[in-house]
Amino acid sequence: MLRDFKQSLLISAWFVFLTFPLMAVRVNTTDQVVTWRLMNMVWVAIGSFVLSYAWRFMLERKKVRKKTAEEGADTRSKLQIKLEDMSFRYKAMGGLLIVALVYPLVVNTYQTNIMISALIYVVLGLGLNITVGLAGLLDLGFVAFFGVGAYTFALLNHHFDLGFWMTLPLGGVFGCLLGVILGFPILRLRGDYLAIVTLGFGMIFKVVMENWDSLSFGPSGIANIDKPGLFGMDMNLAQSTTYIYYIMIALVVFTILITNRLKNSRIGRAWIALREDEIACVAMGIDMARTKLSAYALGAFWAGMVGVLFASKTTFINPASFTFMESAIILSIVVLGGMGSILGVILGAFILILMPEYLRDLSEYRMLAFGAAMALMMIFRPQGLVSGLRQKYEYKGTKDQVNNG
Amino acid sequence: MEYFLELFFGGLTRGSIYALIALGYTMVYGIIQLINFAHGEIYMIGAFVALIVAGICTIYGMTGISVLILAGVIAVIYACAYGFTLEKIAYRPLRGAPRLSPLISAIGMSIFLQNYVLLVQTPDFLPFPSLIPDFAFMEPVAYIIGSPELVILVTTFVTMILLTLLIKKTRVGKAMRATQQDMNMARLVGVNVDRIISLTFIIGSALAAIGGVLVASYIGQVNFYIGFLAGVKAFTAAVLGGIGSIAGAVLGGLVLGWAESFAAGYISSDYEDVFTFGLLVLILILRPSGILGKTRKQKV
Repeated sequence: MLRDFKQSLLISAWFVFLTFPLMAVRVNTTDQVVTWRLMNMVWVAIGSFVLSYAWRFMLERKKVRKKTAEEGADTRSKLQIKLEDMSFRYKAMGGLLIVALVYPLVVNTYQTNIMISALIYVVLGLGLNITVGLAGLLDLGFVAFFGVGAYTFALLNHHFDLGFWMTLPLGGVFGCLLGVILGFPILRLRGDYLAIVTLGFGMIFKVVMENWDSLSFGPSGIANIDKPGLFGMDMNLAQSTTYIYYIMIALVVFTILITNRLKNSRIGRAWIALREDEIACVAMGIDMARTKLSAYALGAFWAGMVGVLFASKTTFINPASFTFMESAIILSIVVLGGMGSILGVILGAFILILMPEYLRDLSEYRMLAFGAAMALMMIFRPQGLVSGLRQKYEYKGTKDQVNNG
Repeated sequence: MEYFLELFFGGLTRGSIYALIALGYTMVYGIIQLINFAHGEIYMIGAFVALIVAGICTIYGMTGISVLILAGVIAVIYACAYGFTLEKIAYRPLRGAPRLSPLISAIGMSIFLQNYVLLVQTPDFLPFPSLIPDFAFMEPVAYIIGSPELVILVTTFVTMILLTLLIKKTRVGKAMRATQQDMNMARLVGVNVDRIISLTFIIGSALAAIGGVLVASYIGQVNFYIGFLAGVKAFTAAVLGGIGSIAGAVLGGLVLGWAESFAAGYISSDYEDVFTFGLLVLILILRPSGILGKTRKQKV
C-alpha cells in the first residue's frame, strides 16, 4: 500500500516536471508577454496521481486475464457471447435496420446530416478493415483513395456533367485502380515500411491536388457539385438530405454484405493467413502478390465509392479534406472497433464520429483522446471493442468417441 | 556556380538536421525494430521548450548566442525526459506483442503529443527570437553560407563525433551494440537490456531536440505541427541510408537534403515533398535495405 502510494507520488512529481514548461508557461514573443498558469500544475499533479493508480490496476487486471486465458478459461465478454448467438444476431440486425430506416423521418435535417457523415466513416472503416484488419497491411494513406473518388466525381461532373449514379461505380473503380498501382511497388515491403510508404502516397496525393491547378483547381477546390438525382425530380434541401441518407444506408448494407462474404471466402482466408504469418502463408501455396493486391484494391474500392458520395453530399471539395488526420481517424476507428471485426468497426465509427458531434464542448480534445485511446487500446485491449469472430468447426460427437478417438 | 554553391550548402544544412533526427530513428529501430512515430514530436517539443526559454530570456532583456545555448540545454533535458517517459508508457508494455501493436501505439502517441502541444500552447506559428549574430569572419562568403548555417553545421558535426565516440569507445556503447546484435544474448552476459533501451530513447531524443532548436532558430518560427513532416522526412533519410546503420542515417540525411535542395532549386519548389517521397519509394523498390544497410534474411 505504502509502496504504491510512494510510487504514485513520484510519478505525479515526474509529470509535474515533465509538463511544466508547456503547460504552465506561455510566451508571446511578439507582444513580449509571459503568462504563468501555475494552476495547471495542480491539476497535472492530481490527475497523474489518480491515473497512476488506474494504470497499475489495469496492468494487474491484464495479467490476471492472461493467466486465465492460459488456463483455457473463457475470456470472452458477455456481449461477445451474446453476439455469437446467431438467432439473437438476426433479431438485432432486423431491429437496427428498422431504426435506421425510420431515423430520418423522426429527426431534423441537421441530425440526419451528422448521421450521414457517421455512415460515411462506417464505409471507410469497413474498407480499411479489409486492408488492415484482415490482411494486416497497415495503410496510413487511405484517405488518398477517398480523395480519388471525390475528385473523380467532382471533375467528371464539372467538365462532362456526368451524374451521381454514373460516377458512383466509376469512383470505386478508380479507387481500385489506384490501389493496384500503388500496391505494385510496395508488394515486397514488410509491415513498418509499408506504413511509411502509404503515408507518403497519402501526402503526395494532397500535394499534387494542391499544386496541379489546371486539373484540380488547387487549394480553392471545386464547388457546385451536383447532388444525387432521382429521375430528374426537384428536391429541396431536407428532401435531398433524406435521399442521400437512404443511399448511404443502402451503401452500408451493401458493404456489410460484401465484406462479410469476402471474409469467409477463399481470398478472405488467404488474407487472414497472410496477416498471421507471411512466410507460412506463402509456403502453403498462396499467391502473395495477388492476395496483397486484392486486399489493397478491394479496400480502396469502398473508399472510392464513398468518396463520390462525400463530394455530392458536401457539393464542395478541396485538398484540405484529405489530410493525414483523416487517415488517422479512419485507422483509429478500425483499431478501436476491433481489427477484422465488422461489427466492431461499425461501433467504432459511431463512437468516434458521433461522440465529438454531441459533446461539442469536448470536441477540441477529440484528437487528443483518439491518440491516447489508440495507444491504450493496444496496451490493454489489442483485440478492440469487439474482437473478430473466427468461424470455428466443432466436433459434435459424444464424449465417449472423443476419448476413444 | 554561386547558385549551385548556395543550394549545396542549403542542402548540407538541411541534410545535417535530417541526419540528426534520423539517428534517433535508426538507433531505436536497430534495437527494438520499431518505427518510433512519435520521434518527430519529440523534436517539436524540444523546439517548443527552447522557444519558451528563449522567449522568457529575451523578454527579460537577455540575448545572444548564450541564450540559445541555455535554451538548447533545457530543451535537450526535457526532450530526454519525454523520450524516456514515452518508452516507459507506450512501448515497454508492448514488448513481445505482434509487430503492428507498438507501431499503432506509436502513431497514437504522435497524435496525442501533437494535440497536447496544440491545446496547452497555441495552434499559431510562434516567432522564435533570432539569437545567432552575424559573425564578422563570415562576411566574405555570406552570399553562399550565412552564420546560422555555420552554427548548424558545426553543432551537428560535433554532436555526431560525440555520438560516435560514445558508441564506439565507452562501456555503455558496447552494451548498446551488443543489445542491437542479439538482445537475449546481451541479457545473458549481464547487460541490463531495459536500461539500454531507455538510454537509446534518451540519446535519440536529445539528438532530435538539438535538431529542433537549431531549425527553430534558423527558420524563426515554431508550431505544433512541425514535428510531423520533419519526422517523416528524417525517417525517409534513415531508410535511404539503411535503417539500423548509424553511418547510413548520416549519409541518408545528407543525400536527402541535397536531393531536396537541388530539386527545389532547379525544378520546382511546389513539389518538394513529392520528390522526397518519390525518392523513398524508389529506394524501397530498388534497394529496400538502403545504401549502407545489410540485407537481413527472414527466417522462420
